Amino acid sequence: MSVEHHAFHVTEHLPALAAVVPLIGAVAAALVRNGVAAWLVAVAVAWSLPVISILMLGQVEASGPISYALGGWAPPAGIEFRVDQANAYLAILVSVMAAVVLTGAPRSIADEIEPANRAWYYAVFLLCLCGLMGMIVTGDAFNVFVFMEISSLATYVLIAMGRDRRALLASYQYLIIGTVGATFYVIGVGLLLAMTGTLNLVDLAASLPEVEATRPLIAAAAFIVVGLGLKLALFPMHLWLPNAYAYAPSTASAFLASTATKVAVYLLLRFAFSVFGIDFMLANTPAGVMLMTLAALAMIAGSLSAIFQTNVKRMLAYSSVSQIGYIILGIAMVSETGLTGGISHLFNHALIKGCLFLAVASAVFATGAVRIEDMAGLGRTMPITMGAFVIAGLGLIGVPGTAGFVSKWYLIQGAAEQGMWWIVAVIVVSSLMAVVYVGRIVEVAWFRAPAQRAPREAPIELVAATVALAAAVLVFGLNTDFSAGVAADAARILIEGYAR
Amino acid sequence: MTLFDEIARHYNYWVTILLMVAGLYIVVAKSNMIKRLLGLSVFQTSVYLLYLSPGKILGGTPPILAPGYAVYSNPLPHVLILTAIVVGVATLALGLALAVRINEAFGSIEEDEIVPVIDREDHSA
Amino acid sequence: MRLDTILRVIAKIFIPFILMFGLYVQLHGDYGPGGGFQAGVIVAAGIILYAIIYGIAAAQRAVPPGLVEVMMPLGVAIFAGVGIAGFVTGRNFLDYSNLMHGDMVHGQHWGVFLVEIGVLVTVSSTMLAIFYAFAGRGRE
Repeated sequence: MSVEHHAFHVTEHLPALAAVVPLIGAVAAALVRNGVAAWLVAVAVAWSLPVISILMLGQVEASGPISYALGGWAPPAGIEFRVDQANAYLAILVSVMAAVVLTGAPRSIADEIEPANRAWYYAVFLLCLCGLMGMIVTGDAFNVFVFMEISSLATYVLIAMGRDRRALLASYQYLIIGTVGATFYVIGVGLLLAMTGTLNLVDLAASLPEVEATRPLIAAAAFIVVGLGLKLALFPMHLWLPNAYAYAPSTASAFLASTATKVAVYLLLRFAFSVFGIDFMLANTPAGVMLMTLAALAMIAGSLSAIFQTNVKRMLAYSSVSQIGYIILGIAMVSETGLTGGISHLFNHALIKGCLFLAVASAVFATGAVRIEDMAGLGRTMPITMGAFVIAGLGLIGVPGTAGFVSKWYLIQGAAEQGMWWIVAVIVVSSLMAVVYVGRIVEVAWFRAPAQRAPREAPIELVAATVALAAAVLVFGLNTDFSAGVAADAARILIEGYAR
Repeated sequence: MTLFDEIARHYNYWVTILLMVAGLYIVVAKSNMIKRLLGLSVFQTSVYLLYLSPGKILGGTPPILAPGYAVYSNPLPHVLILTAIVVGVATLALGLALAVRINEAFGSIEEDEIVPVIDREDHSA
Repeated sequence: MRLDTILRVIAKIFIPFILMFGLYVQLHGDYGPGGGFQAGVIVAAGIILYAIIYGIAAAQRAVPPGLVEVMMPLGVAIFAGVGIAGFVTGRNFLDYSNLMHGDMVHGQHWGVFLVEIGVLVTVSSTMLAIFYAFAGRGRE
């Protein structure tokens, strides 16, 4: 038996490469066993992924969604990697954030991680990236679970590598809650499999209307929404997040805060809009009201908790809880404007939080401490880093001219369209609270005298990465066509669902 | 049909539900870290059963092609659950490793005892 | 337990058979139930039995932790390498039907054989690494 020969074209294998390249990078980083060499591997891998993602987006724009049959087994029987605009954009976001953080990381890592563990840190970082990219590109419900656990297990290890012993407990608690969340998700998928006999997302979307709104299906939707809610730290399922981000190594916090929860949000969107279909969700489950209420509570409670933190990393983590509320709020509006707001906030928050955590990584490098008081006078000794912090902080508040304003504007518009003025009030109150907690740091950093011993300067690559993200916050705040245009595209794709 | 028949006919699902709730209860109610990990394993085990039991077809043979046999059990759930078991083992190993390190760092694996220590550290540092 | 003659003798007789059985499960996975995962666990169990009877130091002389740390990523590399061979032979990732110059049956055969070798290497070394990590604690 003979098989015809095809030439090897990289461009035909982009979806597989998006998950395989970081996997091989992880193996290489583990094999070289030297911190600097592992860092070089990680940076090379991390910068190849945005290229792959952008090429994927180009293919999707040119000729529609890419379907890649893993192992040559055609879907729906085989595992399919499926890329359309929505996940191509997310792949770009996640890979760029990973690349920027890794580029800025080496001396912060050398400062926070013991020499023997540095190569492992990069290997585990890349493994986490492999899981996240896999979750983004895969079109198979069970494969999502496998990649979710790859990224989650890697995340637990990254957190436990924090130099403080409290990192161990934070990692343990996240392991328990994260595993419960993933298991909830897989219970939901199991019910879907039992009802339809398929795991392929497109095929599921096509066969669910035949099953109609039977009880196992509603239970499946509930399990999946709650499971992903735990993963994306939706209030009140966020309890793992503050400690995990507070005690993880600074660069790991920056990476996780800007990517991990975002991928879980994407999966929630995928299941709610593309697989179950929004009509099913609204008619059979209280998902709309529930998500909106929880989002509003998250925005207020997260901001309120952030105000009272003394640890700056934990303050940013509580701020993430509140910002995730904004994203979910946009989704729960179930309108194109609301969804555009939610998705653009997902992108903007990734940039903003990545920048803030990297600035804090610089401050930790300079002072060795993470309390807000320890940042006294840093505005004078580290003006560039703290300048970037202020720009990203303004973005977090939603000041016009920054990226955060664009998405909040869409959210307010979406709420106004539906006459939900209490939502507008919640957005405004939560933003005012952001003024308070960002203002506290600005006050300490710029208007207090520096501590006695002069802090050392943050390394140039870390400052460069922070400034690059701060510049992105400004660019996407001024050039609204791009960020909102991307989000509107993704919103349109999701609302249309898979072609039925 | 009596209620008993109804329960007996779907006993596999009842076992699944029992394991699921029991496991989750241990995770939520216990303070000992090892016990919580065991509860987590029981909880995950219920999922294995949830997947495997609909894959069994009454009168079906193992899914190996052979003349004279037309009804096969569904092999897909087994493959999926083999993967899930590997994931479960990895999670348990990592959880136990964390528990060991926590015991070395805090001298206890009772969360009730460790959390106050951490709260004090949070307020002082 | 180092002085228990019966255990030592029985273990010495048994361990080669356990390892051999691991290889049998690995290689027979082509034709019947078996495969890299089960075989890896059996092989690791044989070495762990040796460590329990003869002490962890003896086991680490036989299978050094450094080797284990190399084997874990190496197995993944073998697996991923077979996947990439799919690319290079003009097929999709992990599609090894073209691996043997167009002979589809042999390609599939060799592809899955090599993947299972990768699984064996990673699973056995990971099991050992977990065991070493726990067993080596609290004795220094």
